[in-house]
Amino acid sequence: MLELNNVSAGYGAFQAIFNVSLKVHAGEAVAVIGPNGAGKTSLLRVISKIINQTSGQILMEGVSLETIEAHQVIDLGIAHVPEHRRLFPGLTVEDNLRMGAYMKTARPHFEERLHYVYEMFPRLKERRKQLAGTMSGGEQQMCAIGRGLMSGPKLLLLDEPSAGLAPVIVQQVLDLVQKVRSEGYTVLIVEQNIQQVLKFVDRAYLLEVGRIRAEGTAQELLNNDEVRQAYVGI
Amino acid sequence: MEFSLSDPFLWETVVQGLLFGGVLALLSLGLNLIFGVIDVVWICYAELMMVGMYLIWWSHVEMGLPLPLAFLLGILSVAVMGVVLHVTVIKPILHAEPINQLLVTGGVLFFLQGLATLIFSVQFRNLGVFMGSLEVGEMFLPWNRIIAFLVSLAAMAGLYVFLRKTYLGIAIRAISQDRTVMPLLGVSPDRIYLITSAIGGGLAGLGACLLALLYDIHPAIGLSFGPLTFMICVMGGLGNIIGGFVAAFIFAEFIALGGYYTEVEWGYVISFAFFIVMIFLRPQGLFAKRG
Repeated sequence: MLELNNVSAGYGAFQAIFNVSLKVHAGEAVAVIGPNGAGKTSLLRVISKIINQTSGQILMEGVSLETIEAHQVIDLGIAHVPEHRRLFPGLTVEDNLRMGAYMKTARPHFEERLHYVYEMFPRLKERRKQLAGTMSGGEQQMCAIGRGLMSGPKLLLLDEPSAGLAPVIVQQVLDLVQKVRSEGYTVLIVEQNIQQVLKFVDRAYLLEVGRIRAEGTAQELLNNDEVRQAYVGI
Repeated sequence: MEFSLSDPFLWETVVQGLLFGGVLALLSLGLNLIFGVIDVVWICYAELMMVGMYLIWWSHVEMGLPLPLAFLLGILSVAVMGVVLHVTVIKPILHAEPINQLLVTGGVLFFLQGLATLIFSVQFRNLGVFMGSLEVGEMFLPWNRIIAFLVSLAAMAGLYVFLRKTYLGIAIRAISQDRTVMPLLGVSPDRIYLITSAIGGGLAGLGACLLALLYDIHPAIGLSFGPLTFMICVMGGLGNIIGGFVAAFIFAEFIALGGYYTEVEWGYVISFAFFIVMIFLRPQGLFAKRG
């Protein structure tokens, strides 16, 4: 479904990712793991065209993202749930979700998608008139994921959904992600909670200093000595 | 003058202040919207209205266009001017220091004023529309002020519904809260800025229609309303549309009542003094959101 071939990118003179190649097949959940500053967020940003690739090729279902602008990426079926949720704090939960269905092809399905998201996250329905900024961190993450689902995406990019949340909430949020996963969405997730994320993804890539250091099934990476020593701590 | 609640002229003054407040609220609305969304103050906002007033006068009085058509032309032309202003002047300085943005839009102010003087001279013009007054009890309320007030309220209500109920309106509110996330949702910030500039310009055009009904037109008329509308926006908390709405009525009553008990000029002096004191007491504006 998604294919990156030797992609490099950065911010001005600073290069964040180097010759990264990765694939996400339809129906798969794939994790990109690695330490802080490894370039995980940059990798998702380059897929969403928030930053431009300096070389290499990105294909979504065979369509090159080369000439596409950032706001058109969602039209290809890619929904990006950014780091730190990035909800509109002064808008209601429902208006936040409505913004998730902003693109022309999603608007006619707004009610239906809203119903679907409320079924999946009943808490959001209870809070639909509440300002998003007044909810707890975990609920906000729920709303951010819900907003991502409103466009009816084929591929969901999740950037550190557990970042900045209290440890008890982290597990709840990862359960949410698993729930989304079980709905059959193709997911590319970036996470620092490596042990937990490797429990429910099919495959994973280890990113270090902007480069892919290892790849394989979740089990292979859990058994990888380097990963075990450096990140899992066992 | 002695204060007495049974003084009919006092009540007429209060009502006139209310009517004026509605118009001031509309005039500051466009400026506020632009600031809230694009984060740039169009210091030349009132000069866009001045140009609009001249366009309306020229098309109605000189070219003989029916007044409603002249108004429509005025609104559309100033909306286009808003877009042109954004593309040519604002876009290149979008990320510049605020002081530089003020200087550039201030430059546009003097440019437009100079241009109007050059083309139309300093002679006062007017539409020559006389509407008479509505007599309520012992009060005489000029129809043009009543109409201007009602049109202002209707326009503000329309904009309110637009900002609350439509995808585009919600996106306009959303972009002022988080610019960078917008592309991820399929929204092009550039497009939202252009549309907001057109709406802001259109509101200035509507303001031009109402002012042309109420006042004579001359190249410096923007200076009578520019500082006032800016002050209202600041008092309401720049970018806070509801705050600006309330502040407009506060200022209008200061001007009306101050003028009634002393002289019209004193009304302005008092309201500006009030503004200065309030800026010391509440620099974030009367209605700025906390936190």
